[in-house]
Amino acid sequence: MGIDFQLARDAFGRLTLTAADGTVHQGVAPVRAFPIAAPGEGIALVGADGHEAGWIERLDALPPAQRQLLEEALAEREFMPEIRRLHSVSSFATPSTWRVDTDRGETNLVLRGEEFIRRLGPSWLLIEDSHGIHFLVRDLAALDTTSRRLLDRFL
Amino acid sequence: MHRLHPGETLEAGLELDLDDTLRYAGGLLAVTDRRLLARLPGQAGWREWPYQAGLRLTHADHAGVGSLELLDAAGRLACWRFTLGRDPAALRLTAAFERQLARHLSGQPAESPRTEEELCLKCGAALDTEGACPVCARESDAPPSPRALLRLGRFARPYRWPLFWGFMLTLASTAAAMVPPYLTMPLMDDVLIPYQNGQPINVHQVALLLGGLLIASVLAWGLSWAKTYILSLVAEHIGSDLRTTTFEHLMGLSLEYYGGKRTGDLMARIGSESDRICLFLSLHVLDFATDMLMIAMTAAILFSINPWLALVTLLPLPFIAWMIQKVRNRLRAGFEKADRIWSEISNVLADTIPGIRVVKAFAQERREARRFRAANAINLTVNDRVNRVWSLFSPTVTLLTEIGLLVVWAFGIWLVSENQITVGVLTAFIAYISRFYTRLDSMSRIVSTTQRAAASAKRLFDILDHTSSVPEPASPIRLPAVQGRIELSEVAFRYGSRPVLRGVDLAIAPGEMIGLVGHSGSGKTTLVNLICRFYDVTEGAIRLDGIDIRQLALAGYRRNIGLVLQEPFLFFGTVADNIAYGKPDASREEIVAAARAAHAHEFILRLPHGYDSLVGERGQGLSGGERQRISIARALLIDPRILILDEATSSVDTETEKEIQTALDNLVRGRTTIAIAHRLSTLRKANRLVVMERGCIVETGSHDELMASEGAYWRLYQAQARNIDEETESNTAPLRVEHKPRGQ
Repeated sequence: MGIDFQLARDAFGRLTLTAADGTVHQGVAPVRAFPIAAPGEGIALVGADGHEAGWIERLDALPPAQRQLLEEALAEREFMPEIRRLHSVSSFATPSTWRVDTDRGETNLVLRGEEFIRRLGPSWLLIEDSHGIHFLVRDLAALDTTSRRLLDRFL
Repeated sequence: MHRLHPGETLEAGLELDLDDTLRYAGGLLAVTDRRLLARLPGQAGWREWPYQAGLRLTHADHAGVGSLELLDAAGRLACWRFTLGRDPAALRLTAAFERQLARHLSGQPAESPRTEEELCLKCGAALDTEGACPVCARESDAPPSPRALLRLGRFARPYRWPLFWGFMLTLASTAAAMVPPYLTMPLMDDVLIPYQNGQPINVHQVALLLGGLLIASVLAWGLSWAKTYILSLVAEHIGSDLRTTTFEHLMGLSLEYYGGKRTGDLMARIGSESDRICLFLSLHVLDFATDMLMIAMTAAILFSINPWLALVTLLPLPFIAWMIQKVRNRLRAGFEKADRIWSEISNVLADTIPGIRVVKAFAQERREARRFRAANAINLTVNDRVNRVWSLFSPTVTLLTEIGLLVVWAFGIWLVSENQITVGVLTAFIAYISRFYTRLDSMSRIVSTTQRAAASAKRLFDILDHTSSVPEPASPIRLPAVQGRIELSEVAFRYGSRPVLRGVDLAIAPGEMIGLVGHSGSGKTTLVNLICRFYDVTEGAIRLDGIDIRQLALAGYRRNIGLVLQEPFLFFGTVADNIAYGKPDASREEIVAAARAAHAHEFILRLPHGYDSLVGERGQGLSGGERQRISIARALLIDPRILILDEATSSVDTETEKEIQTALDNLVRGRTTIAIAHRLSTLRKANRLVVMERGCIVETGSHDELMASEGAYWRLYQAQARNIDEETESNTAPLRVEHKPRGQ
């Protein structure tokens, strides 16, 4: 299924949507409807006024150029580092500072309490740090033994 | 910084921690008096932008990532990103940039950023009177000390004298219990063995020895009774203090804390965890202390009799201690986990039981049962794992005990055959160590009980260590008679990473009534919560009569606020108790006067026991309008200078709304009032209407002014007028819906 609008980026780095009827929405932001469960499906383009200007059913159904533009715009907005490895934790009592490897590089996160680790599914975890950044553990079983053992103390 | 030109001064700096693709990388952004300097994350080179007309630096954030964009008239020049921990620095940088740019363009020297009050260097918030920053103080990431149990000492201090006497009694009773095995030595060597060798029994000596045994036993019984009594009493008191302290602390925590917790979990922590600690103190610690004393005394006696045999007897001890140590960590983690799973089970209960109407309406009983079963299954697996380690542990200790006894027998028999010791000494040794080893076995249980209690203590101290995110000022300013002037300046609030309010400026005169309108989610309730100081502002300040509310004592400040919520909450108790909730010492006349003013008096009289009727969760059923009028009476009774009505009339029908409205009009008179209402018609008495949209104030003015300007308020009003038309239409023809043929 194609889309009935065109996307472009203006000089200010904003995404501009031109609908089939010629209306132009400047500064639209792509928002995934299911960022974790189905990142490739259901992407809304939300205008600066907070209203939905467009809806994309599937990301991979887009023409390549449009898709690349959209993926770039998404990459600029989305920040949900995926934890690949836990190096160390400062203590098993919270607040605890974790040294982690993520898909976006190595960093520290401060866990304020065990309730900031949320189970989303059988093996998914969403960990919120003290600044409100959400870290994702996509597959608990895929982590190495050390990380799993450390993480296990908090679950 | 080596990049600066001579004479150039650094005005503000920001360490970037993300690059363009949002990967972690270090970079630097700096504002000097001449230009903006940047070193991109992950790159070596610097870029610079001298000040010129048209340059703009904009700040935004989304999902935990902040961004700064440098724009000119033609387009975007650069964009930098950082995690929100650096947001305060970024805001300061933006401010410095604007100042320097303005100075550069106008040629005037930049004005000092400091206003009349001192600002925090780290985050730019107003400092309190002590010169400390209220924002930074609460953000402590240090982990609590792991020795949670030792921290119980704070609760034991008031009972140090009973504890001291309890300890002395323990010492005495343990010593008394040491006597009987010692007496077996003369009984064996001086009575039994000589008899076997043909000598007659010395009746006097036997009577003396047996009498000694009896006295020692009775003494041990009495002393041990006294010590158990005293120490259990103390433990119960400590447990009760712990519970009360935790609950008191919990009451002091801000709404932010309650937002992130579930009721079931908190209930379990305060109820069962404190009970577990109490049990641990009264039973296990006591036993353990007695055992330790016993071991020490036994060891001393054994060494005094025969050092070699004593050495062999005590040999298995370090080995068992090592084993205990080894299992300790695995067990602790397991028990902590078991506790958390237990909380999970109570969470399912706390979710399902209050929501039972929804569960039944959507016929999801089975699904909830499945959820409960799943939580239970996890509980089982976790406990199975713990038990696997634990079940191996106990028998191993017993086996070691038996082996230890075997060694003592073997070595003892050899010593007897070498005539180094008498049979009596060997019997005494066996008597001592068989006690001793059975104690070791029970001592090994202390591992698990200690771990359990430590886990409980940790979870309790998790609550106690949580400092309120709405901290009480160290030296509160005394609030004089309140006028009721409220000023909000540049107020911003962020909930987690989600910005809820931005740049809210509002001054409310004493006695003025403000109507807050806007779509749901526009930040109206948040604004009111900030004014009540249920949360603290992220940026900016709220002042009451010119004093920052963060510098006022919380209880003293809130005493001036009357709050009427959409869903009035009545506590279990009488109607009179509920009305006098904010002022428990109110006289009956005051209560009746408040009820009359709130138009609640008459319906209260119709209740079976008048003002003494029980209401609340387990009490008399009251309608929404009646409950609301009780809560209005509650607010009237404390006679607050500031009144907050959060959708006070939206949960009732139009007829009841009229009744409540007259009650509210009594309440509002002469007070600074902030009213939130969905139905714009309820705000007809407001002096000014404040229209909010997506966390900002977009319009302010009277109804007529706002209608004339045809802005956001006008749109809201039109939309509602349309809704009301539709409502009346559907009301006139309700039967049409009911008679709709089935199967469509």
